[in-house]
Amino acid sequence: MTRAPSPVPVAESAIRPDGDRRDGGHLLRLPEQPLLRHLVLMVFGAGLLYLLTQSLSAYNNFQVGEIGAFAIALAGLSVLTGQNGQISLGHGALMAIGAYTVALLMVHTHLNLVVELAIATLVTTAVGVVVGVPAARLGGAYLAGVTLLLALTVPLLAAQYGSIFGGEQGLTTTPPSAPGTINPERWLAWIQLAAALVVMVLLGNLVRSRFGRAFRAVRDDDVAASLAGIHVTRTKVLAFSVSAGCAGLGGALLVLSTGVVNTGEFPLTLSIELLAGMVIGGAGTLVGAWWGAIALVYVPQWSTSLSSRLSLGTTVAAYLADALFGAALIVVILAAPSGIQGSLRRLAHGIAAATTGRASPPNPPAALARLLRSADVPGGTRSSSDASTRSRDRSPDQVATKE
Amino acid sequence: MRLRRRRHALSRSATVLALMVATSISAVGAGVLGTTPASASSTTGVTAKQITIGATVPLTGPAASGYSEIAPAMDAVFNWVNAHGGVYGRKIKYIYLDDEYNPAKTATLTRQLVLQDHIFADVGSLGTPTQLSVQKYLNSQKIPQLFIESGCNCWSNKRYPYSFGWEPPYTVEGKLLGNYVKQHFAGKKVGFLYQDTTFGQDVMKGAKLEIPKSSVVSEQNYNVTTLAGPLTTQMSALKAAGAQVVVMGTIPAATALAMLPAFAIGYTPQYVIDSVGADAPTVGPLLAAFTAAGGGSAATAKATAGLLNGVITDAYLPPEGLGSNPWVVVTKKLLAKYAPTVWKKDGLNGNTEYGVALAYTFVQALKAAGKNLTRAGLMKALEKKGHSLTTAGLVPLSYSASVHYGYEGGEVVEFSSSAPPVVTPTGRWPGDKVLTPVEVTTPGSGPVRKYKGRISVPPAFVKRSD
Repeated sequence: MTRAPSPVPVAESAIRPDGDRRDGGHLLRLPEQPLLRHLVLMVFGAGLLYLLTQSLSAYNNFQVGEIGAFAIALAGLSVLTGQNGQISLGHGALMAIGAYTVALLMVHTHLNLVVELAIATLVTTAVGVVVGVPAARLGGAYLAGVTLLLALTVPLLAAQYGSIFGGEQGLTTTPPSAPGTINPERWLAWIQLAAALVVMVLLGNLVRSRFGRAFRAVRDDDVAASLAGIHVTRTKVLAFSVSAGCAGLGGALLVLSTGVVNTGEFPLTLSIELLAGMVIGGAGTLVGAWWGAIALVYVPQWSTSLSSRLSLGTTVAAYLADALFGAALIVVILAAPSGIQGSLRRLAHGIAAATTGRASPPNPPAALARLLRSADVPGGTRSSSDASTRSRDRSPDQVATKE
Repeated sequence: MRLRRRRHALSRSATVLALMVATSISAVGAGVLGTTPASASSTTGVTAKQITIGATVPLTGPAASGYSEIAPAMDAVFNWVNAHGGVYGRKIKYIYLDDEYNPAKTATLTRQLVLQDHIFADVGSLGTPTQLSVQKYLNSQKIPQLFIESGCNCWSNKRYPYSFGWEPPYTVEGKLLGNYVKQHFAGKKVGFLYQDTTFGQDVMKGAKLEIPKSSVVSEQNYNVTTLAGPLTTQMSALKAAGAQVVVMGTIPAATALAMLPAFAIGYTPQYVIDSVGADAPTVGPLLAAFTAAGGGSAATAKATAGLLNGVITDAYLPPEGLGSNPWVVVTKKLLAKYAPTVWKKDGLNGNTEYGVALAYTFVQALKAAGKNLTRAGLMKALEKKGHSLTTAGLVPLSYSASVHYGYEGGEVVEFSSSAPPVVTPTGRWPGDKVLTPVEVTTPGSGPVRKYKGRISVPPAFVKRSD
C-alpha cells in the first residue's frame, strides 16, 4: 500500500468526494440523511444476518448471538473511549447490572421480553448517570480507578445480598421459547442480532448528531469545547450513561444465552477483555465493535483447539487465550493503532487509491497530530474554523483514541 | 457540507464491506466447525465403535487447585477400558473443557459439547453454580447430566430427571461429622467456620441436626469471592468464644487460611473438617506455600506442616493412605499405567482417587444400560440398578426413581502420624486412622445408622487391570 504524504489538512485529504467516486460508488450510494441511511443499512444488515443464521449450525448460531450481545457492549464502550476519550474498567460490572435486572424481572414478573430488556437498559443507564457524575470530574487513571471500583464491588454486592440476587448460585432464567419449529439457538440469535442492529442505528445517529460532535470536541480539548459553548460535564455524563446502557443491554442479552446470572459470571477480567476487544476492533468505530466481539467469542475457542492440536500441557493451554489476547493487543497498538477496522479502512482506501491513482488518507494518529499542530497556530491553515467544527470535519469512524 | 456527506457515504460502504467480510468469515468458520456427526446410530454420541462424552471442569482459575487433577485422572479408567476393547465394543472418548469455574463459560462450553461435539452425556462436570447454570438446558435436551461433582441436594429434583449427583449431599457429611462430635466431644464448646454458599451452609445444616444447640458458642463464615488472605478475624472470634472444637465447611485454600492465623495466635482447637476441604495432599502443600508466602521461617513451616495431624474428617471413598485396600491398590495401578502424566505429577491423592472412582462408576453404568445404549435406557438403568452398581464407594449409590444424589454415607477418619502415610510426588502426608464404622443417613432429619450392607470390592478383572 503506497501512502503519499498529503500536503493538505486531513479533512480535505481524505478521499476527495467529487464526481470521480460515482464510477465505483453509485451502486452503494445511500441516502444522505443519517437516520434514513442507517435504516437502509440496518435492513441490509438484517438480510445478511438472516441468511447467515439460516446457513449456520445450531452451535454457530448460539455463538453468533453471543457476538451480537458483546457487540452492543463493545459499541457502547467504543463510543465512550473512542468518541469521548473516557476509559472504563467497569463495563463488565455494568453488564452484570443489566444481566441481574433482566434475570430479576424474568424470575418475578411475566413481562414481555422486549419490555424486560428495555427496563434493564434503562436501569443500567441510570447507574451510568450516578457513576458518570463523579467520573466526569476525573480523567485518565482516576477515572479508570473509579470504574475499576465498580467492577470489584458489583459482584460483592450480589454475593452480600444473596436473598435477592441468589448469591453464588445466582438466578436461573428461562430462555425465550422459539415460536413454531424454529431452532431455539437460531431464534435466540435473531433476538440478539436484532437488538444489536437497533443499537448500531441509534449509536450511529448519536455520533453523527450534535451530541456526537460534542463528544469528540470534549475528547479533543475540553477547554476549547467549553469555550465553544459545550457543557463539558453534561457531555461526559451523557456519553458515560449511553455507554452504560449499551453494556446493560449486552449483559441482559447474554443472560438469554447462559440461562443463569451469578457472581462468578462477570469477573474483573471481563472488563479488561472488553477493553482489549474494543481496542483490537478499533476504538471509536461501530464496526470495530463487531470485530472485537468476534475476537471475544472465538479467541478462547481457537486457543482451546490449538492447544489440543499441539498437545500443550494444561498449564500452558489454560493461559493461551489470555496470551493471545495480550499479544494481539500489543501488535494492534504497535502496528495498527486504529484497530482491525481502521486497518481495513486504510487497506480499502489504499486499493481505491491504487486503482484511481489518488493519494490514500493519512495515518489517523499522524492526521490527529497535524490537526493539533494546526490548532496551535492562530490564523493557521484552518483558521476559519473553531475546534468543534474541526472535530466535526473528521469522520467519527476514522479517529483513533486520543492519548 | 456536500463534500463531507460524500465521505460518509463511502465510509458506510466500507462498513458494509467489512460486515460482509465478517459474516463470510463466520460462515467459513461454521463450515469447518459445524460438521454433522457421521453417526448412523439413532443415539447422538453413540456409534458401534465409540461413545463420546464431555465435561466442563476448572483447569484454571480460583477453583483449579486440586480439582484440575480429577478429569485427567478419569482418563486412566477410560484408557484402560479402551485398551481392553471398550464397553460392548464401544471405546469411550472423553472431552473435558476448562470453564474456570465461571458459570457463563460453563453455559457456552456445554453448548459446544452438545451442539458441536455431539456428546452422548455430560459426565463428571464440576461445581454447584456452574452445573446449575446448565441443568435446565441439558434436561430440556434430554441429555444425561451424570455424576455431577458436587454435593448439592439440588441434583435430586423431579423436574430434572436427567441430572444425577455423585458425592454425598453436604448435609449427609455434616451429619456424620456432627454425630461424631456429639458422641466424642460431649460437653465441649463447639464453633463453626463455613463458606457462605450452599456448600458451607449445607455442611452446617447437617452438623447442627446432630450437635446440641447449647454447645455451639460461635458461628463464623467467609465469602469465597473475597477469599484472599488469612481468616484472622474469624479464628480470633472462635478463640475468644472459647470454642474447643471447630467444625468447618471450607474449601482446601480456606482450610489452610484458617489454620495458619489460628496457629499464629496460639489457638489449636480440635478441627473437624468436611471432606471437601480436608485432603491432606491438597491442604499440606497449601499450608507450606502460604507459610512461605507469609515469610515464615523453616521452623514455622515445619510446625505448620504438623497442623494436619489430628484433624478429623469424613470419607466416602476408601482413605488413600490404606495401601492394602483393594480399591486403593487398583487405583494406583490404573493411574501408573494408564495416566502416567497424572501419576508422575500428582500421584494418588484425594482428587485423583475421586476421578478414577467416578469414571469407574460411569463404566459400570454403561454396562448396566446394556448393549443397546440410549440416553433414556441409561437413565432407567441408573434408577433401577444404580443401587447395586459396584463402585469404590464405602456405601452403595442411593439412586432410585426419586433419589438422584450419590452416596448416602461414609466413615469418620483422623489424620494421624501413626497411620500409614500418604506418599505423593508433592510429599509425605499423614494417613487416615478410621474412627467409626461405615455409617449411612439421609439428607433430612433421619438418624445416623451403622451401615449393614456389603462392602464393595473390585471385581477380579479390575484387580488385574493390566
